[in-house]
Amino acid sequence: MTKTGSTLSVSGLVSRRDHAVVLDGIDLAFDAGQVTAIVGPNGAGKTTLLRHLAGLDTPSAGQVQLRGQPLASLGSAIRAWSIAYLPQAASAYWPLRARDLVALGRLPHGADLSRPLRTQDVAAIQRALERVDGVGLADRPIDTMSQGERARMMMARALATEAGVFLADEPVASLDPAYALETMGILRAEAARGACVIVVLHDLGLAARFADRIVVLANHKVAADGPPSVALAAGVIDVAYGVTFRHVTIDGISQPVAWERQE
Amino acid sequence: MNRWLLLLIAALYLLSLAVGPAWWPWRLGNEVGWAIVWELRLPRATLGLLIGGVLGLSGAVLQGWLRNPLAEPGVIGVSACAGFAAVCAFYSGLAAAFALALPLAGIAGAAVAVALLMGAVRSGTGTVSLLLMGVAINAIAAALISLVLALSPNPFAYQEISLWLAGSIVDRDLHYLAMAAPFMILGAAIVLGAGRWIDALSLGEDTARSLGADTRSLGLRLTLGVGLMVGAATSVAGVIGFVGLIAPHLVRAKVGFRPGATLVPSMLVGAALVLGADVVVRLLPTASELQLGVFTSLVGAPFLVRAVRRAHAAWLAT
Repeated sequence: MTKTGSTLSVSGLVSRRDHAVVLDGIDLAFDAGQVTAIVGPNGAGKTTLLRHLAGLDTPSAGQVQLRGQPLASLGSAIRAWSIAYLPQAASAYWPLRARDLVALGRLPHGADLSRPLRTQDVAAIQRALERVDGVGLADRPIDTMSQGERARMMMARALATEAGVFLADEPVASLDPAYALETMGILRAEAARGACVIVVLHDLGLAARFADRIVVLANHKVAADGPPSVALAAGVIDVAYGVTFRHVTIDGISQPVAWERQE
Repeated sequence: MNRWLLLLIAALYLLSLAVGPAWWPWRLGNEVGWAIVWELRLPRATLGLLIGGVLGLSGAVLQGWLRNPLAEPGVIGVSACAGFAAVCAFYSGLAAAFALALPLAGIAGAAVAVALLMGAVRSGTGTVSLLLMGVAINAIAAALISLVLALSPNPFAYQEISLWLAGSIVDRDLHYLAMAAPFMILGAAIVLGAGRWIDALSLGEDTARSLGADTRSLGLRLTLGVGLMVGAATSVAGVIGFVGLIAPHLVRAKVGFRPGATLVPSMLVGAALVLGADVVVRLLPTASELQLGVFTSLVGAPFLVRAVRRAHAAWLAT
């Protein structure tokens, strides 16, 4: 099932938690330079899939491969260097200064916050701050920031690793439209840089506009997989969500709108 | 900051050698004077230095690892558990038969408590489960100590132990120093290099793992390190509370709240606090010398109250 040349792939992935099946036989391959959105109703297993891709959970069956190598066989250092992971509602337990927070993204490159940072780490931190338009916030402690500003700093932390794979779990949840659009733009730029970007999204409209490819998860399986026009087509997502969708076309992009609950 | 702290520690160390019933004992110029220095004051000052250092460092490690500014060996029951294990070693006759049984039992007790707390935090809801676990461990340890004492045939056991558990470094000779110091130094060496990964844990366990932290081996490493430090310290000095709470609090803002960067300054502040407190209890006009642990609790408990009240709700709730 693994396509040659794909950056990250899963084959026959089964995940169980407390005997309940969360993911049931997932086969997917993700390519560099693309934004793939993972969508689906609550409880479909989106977050769990992302955790497996990040190497945080151990599959009950099947495996995850990074450039053809089983992820489980790679050391944690190589994995950390290759895959950046931004969890849902990312937060920090201490009111760190934004620049120190972003510097944590350089840990996989050997940075140590207790010592002076090397030039390449300082440069990468600066680039990450610039990408989220956060240079002006860099010297502020994160507890003095708004939720949106803090979310941008968390994004910068993950960007600072400059990994080949960028995983983000609902990075726009509870953000204003302006921040949400900005965040999606940052993810697109990351893909343009050559990264393999995989993002869990709730907002199908954003997925339709910004993703190259959409994977719809439903009932612990892949319900649809393809470009937005295919994966979000009428009928496909209606079954997955148990909702009747209407589609409106804006600037040539078909946007699904949840219209009616199916009985 | 570290340079000034080292100067302060050096001054307090000298003061600790000088202060007591006989002031400036080396000025006596005779054998008695030097015996006081070498056999009483030097072990006491050195134990104060080391115990303060490891308690401050343990506090910083536990706070960083558990991501909680209220974690402290005394408050969350690590010292009490070490104390219980040491009491067992003492009254079972094991300590008499085998000198290292006392620190080793203390280390085992402390490590068990740390492991229980880590389990509670991993599966639970942060501050609440941490503190409840600490309350439970403290209660169980206190009850078990009473049980062991009740079973002891020695009628003076209660008095002996309650004095010892209150925490003191009076009359601990070179023998005690030699017994505990290697374990404390080893424990400190084990945890001091872990600052990077303690920093990573600021983002929670999953993100830390995604950044390359092996949280399982880190947990074992820190359990072992804190166990060695607090276990050895408690087995010679009893429970000296709140040092591990106060020391990281005093330095945290100065290092921009980076938990890894609090380790070394917390160790230095802890050493200064215990050395200083041990000088103060010698100067207080009490009929018998106040126990060091009682003094640190008197000063430290209000500090805890203040820390709880001032702690930013958002940073405590997690």
